[in-house]
Amino acid sequence: MTKAAVVVFPGSNCDRDCAVAVERSTGASVDMVWHQETALPSGVDLIVLPGGFSYGDYLRCGAMAAQSPVMREVVKAAEAGVAVVGICNGFQILCEAGMLPGALLRNAKLKYICKQIDLDVTNAQTRFTSGYAGRRNVRMTIGNGEGNFFADEATLDRIEGEGQVVFRYAQENPNGSLRNIAGIVNTRGNVLGLMPHPDRSFEAELGSADGAVLFQSALASA
Amino acid sequence: MKAKVHVYLKPCVLDVQGKAIEGALHGLGWGDVANVRVGKTIEFDVPGSDKAKAEADAKVMAEKLLANTVIESFRVEIA
Repeated sequence: MTKAAVVVFPGSNCDRDCAVAVERSTGASVDMVWHQETALPSGVDLIVLPGGFSYGDYLRCGAMAAQSPVMREVVKAAEAGVAVVGICNGFQILCEAGMLPGALLRNAKLKYICKQIDLDVTNAQTRFTSGYAGRRNVRMTIGNGEGNFFADEATLDRIEGEGQVVFRYAQENPNGSLRNIAGIVNTRGNVLGLMPHPDRSFEAELGSADGAVLFQSALASA
Repeated sequence: MKAKVHVYLKPCVLDVQGKAIEGALHGLGWGDVANVRVGKTIEFDVPGSDKAKAEADAKVMAEKLLANTVIESFRVEIA
């Protein structure tokens, strides 16, 4: 049986959503891991950093969570090749931890945005997106106040050139993200950060089941 | 001694809060106010009297945690 772990920070609020989404999408067993832990469950195939407002977004979104004890273990696991996905606040944490390039700024119009949105899958050859092969457009929910992806021009050129841009906003860019970037992977391709919530879009009753494919892809190779 | 770390978004990063405040200042009649930037100051006590060490330490703290140098620049002040 495949195993996933959802990290819980003080202020995470999508941790349970993520656990339910992964369980129902993939049948994997899911452990919840408190941020103070100094070890991850053994044999874990997928680590999820959930959305929310870790540490109340103090200092910068994700800045404090990135320094949590458990993050040292997440870094080690990623270096060993384990799949790591950070959703929304989890994406911010991955950037703050230096596991992904760039940063997330305040939305261009300063408003918190919560709605369903169309995304282009710009690279369906990552371990997180292989299940989207042949599909260009997917729908997920976003819910963020600081989802405005920023990186300097050289970094943007580099990550585009390396195929690290995985999702882009399709019809509209809701938050001002440079080059419409909604989700990126690291150079090795085993760490994904995205602002849209696959955990809020994993079955038809939620308006879209497209998010389930992401979790299924991530665990398919495990 | 007191250390102060001033953190601002880099000039190349759009400061949307600054823009909004600038608009409000214009609305209040200060129409020629420009380039409003919002930053923050983090201050703390540092032991001892070695100013150079305190400054070096504060810089490391800023690079590791207090600022995100992808988007922010910082200035350290020791007094």
